[in-house]
Amino acid sequence: MTDFDLVWKNLFRRPLRTGLLIVSIFIAFLIFGLLVSVNVALERSSNSGTASNRLVVANKINFTQPMPIAYVNQVATIKGVTAVTHFSWFGAYYQDQTKSRFVGFAVDPATYTAIYSDQIKLGPGQREAFIKTRDGVIVGKALAEKYGWRLGQVIPISSNIYIKPDGGRALDMRVVGIFSGAKPDDPTTALYFNYEYLNESRTFGRDQIGTIGVVTASPDLNDAVAKAIDARFANSPYETATVDEKTFQRAFLKQAGDLNFIITMVVAAAFAAILMIVGTTLVSAVRERTKEIGVMKTLGFPGPRVLRMVLGESILLSGLGGGLGLGVAALMLKGLSKSAMGASFGDLSMDLSVALVGIVLALLLGLVTGLIPALSALRMNIIDALGRR
Amino acid sequence: MSDFIKLTNVTKTYTRGKESISIFDKLTLSIPKGDFVAIMGPSGSGKTTLLNLLGGTDRCDSGEIVFDGEHIEGYSEGQLAAWRARNVGFIFQFYNLMPVLTAAQNVELPLMLTSLTSLPSQKRKDNVATALKIVDLSDRAGHKPKELSGGQQQRVAIARAIVSDPKFLLCDEPTGDLDRATANDILKTLQQLNRELGKTIIMVTHDPEAARFATRTLHLDKGQFVEVTS
Ligand SMILES: Nc1ncnc2c1ncn2[C@@H]1O[C@H](COP(=O)(O)OP(=O)(O)OP(=O)(O)O)[C@@H](O)[C@H]1O
Ligand SMILES: [Mg+2]
Repeated sequence: MTDFDLVWKNLFRRPLRTGLLIVSIFIAFLIFGLLVSVNVALERSSNSGTASNRLVVANKINFTQPMPIAYVNQVATIKGVTAVTHFSWFGAYYQDQTKSRFVGFAVDPATYTAIYSDQIKLGPGQREAFIKTRDGVIVGKALAEKYGWRLGQVIPISSNIYIKPDGGRALDMRVVGIFSGAKPDDPTTALYFNYEYLNESRTFGRDQIGTIGVVTASPDLNDAVAKAIDARFANSPYETATVDEKTFQRAFLKQAGDLNFIITMVVAAAFAAILMIVGTTLVSAVRERTKEIGVMKTLGFPGPRVLRMVLGESILLSGLGGGLGLGVAALMLKGLSKSAMGASFGDLSMDLSVALVGIVLALLLGLVTGLIPALSALRMNIIDALGRR
Repeated sequence: MSDFIKLTNVTKTYTRGKESISIFDKLTLSIPKGDFVAIMGPSGSGKTTLLNLLGGTDRCDSGEIVFDGEHIEGYSEGQLAAWRARNVGFIFQFYNLMPVLTAAQNVELPLMLTSLTSLPSQKRKDNVATALKIVDLSDRAGHKPKELSGGQQQRVAIARAIVSDPKFLLCDEPTGDLDRATANDILKTLQQLNRELGKTIIMVTHDPEAARFATRTLHLDKGQFVEVTS
């Protein structure tokens, strides 16, 4: 028999109680694993291929509100701006409005593919084809693979926003390019098509755009340029809010507000709850064993060894619950990554860093919850302990 | 005969609030090797306190406690623990077995305090089996304490006390919770350990019948030995 055997037997002396504790720890770590991983995926996709000298201009009310296309040329004249483009959300879907939604923008082909060439890597001649084909569309590699689209194929892409004069929602688009991202694992689940093609076929919102992309001469100028742009359109019917690209993408992905804060609060609340539950349960569990600890010490088990065994028990408990929670979270994330909903986040699978933080948290939880009972076991006086009958 | 256990001028006082109660004042006692001593006396006379001092689970205020030439009164907690593990076997009135462990595992507990190099696991198993055989409980090795009778539990406790081959055994009312016949069984086992294995045994008891199994009886009253019968 080893100390571990003893620790294990003590931990499971009351299987129901220990089982319930493991379940509560499991739930906390499941929440941690899922929420933090989603947050990390969001963070990663809003960071992917982001150049620091790029700004995004959107309507001040929020980015779903439009602004006139005339703004594009006006922005181009502002000092410090070296290039501009624009892109408008299309609410794109293919065949099935609920199951096959994806990211789709109507853009100015030449300027858009020039400015975002780091994220949109097209094959030879495809950019030129996109620029000169009125109904051309370029699609991400992952998206093309998902629906089996090939170059030259004409595909009906519908909008959940715009309606054509004939009442239809689908625009027939010709696939003129298939792009990959900056890095092999970057999400390529979007498509881009010619803004002119949208503008001439829609029944409302003519000559309006969603957002303007701006390149500045240097990242140092970002703040000044952003202020100058917003000042230019102040007090107009379409006031603007200009932020750097990273901030914009994060806002775009986290429409629910400050997700980071919410996630931190939820995870903290879950951990505070289990800290209390596990902590108080372990205190009473060890108190129940006062006499046994007294006997162990009488037999000659040194105080520090008894302390280690109690700590071992609490760490084992947290490790089991935490390990199970993180493991199940990792499996669920793997499943989610493959689903339609998860695909728009890119790679959702659990980061090694998240797993490591989770393991450290489990160890800390074990240490903290075991500390009070372990110290009381260490200090426990043999005579007092055996006196309790 | 040489003094195996020697207490010299041992003083022990408990303080409860402002009050201090003197349990022993300059108590002196010597016990030769291989003795089986019964300690009797009224409740509150300090019998358990004496055993605690002898077993190194409590400390005296002054005086000397010497075992086989080894002074333990100045030992630290850790030194005392190691000394207990090497030298003392404890038998309690209420058995005090670990409920989550089987009889054999309970007996093995003190062996966890010896290093695996000095006592390989096969040797451990042998020692546990031998100890259980001595108390005639080999057939109950796999049973948990709650599946054993009081007498059987006490025999497991005796096996636990002797498994690491300590020099002496301390028993605090080992038969206090048992019926006559079972008590006599236990006492005979102790007597055998004393006679055949040469264990020095100090046993506290209220029961004059039990005391008869010892080689001599010390009467403790108000912190002093008042009478010695052989
Ligand atoms: N931890 C303690 N704090 C204060 N007083 C104590 C403590 N332990 C024992 N005493 C007192 O010391 C005296 C001797 O106690 P002890 O337990 O040694 O008696 P005993 O002879 O074993 O009695 P019994 O036959 O009832 O077991 C008693 O008066 C008791 O109240
Ligand atoms: Mg007593």
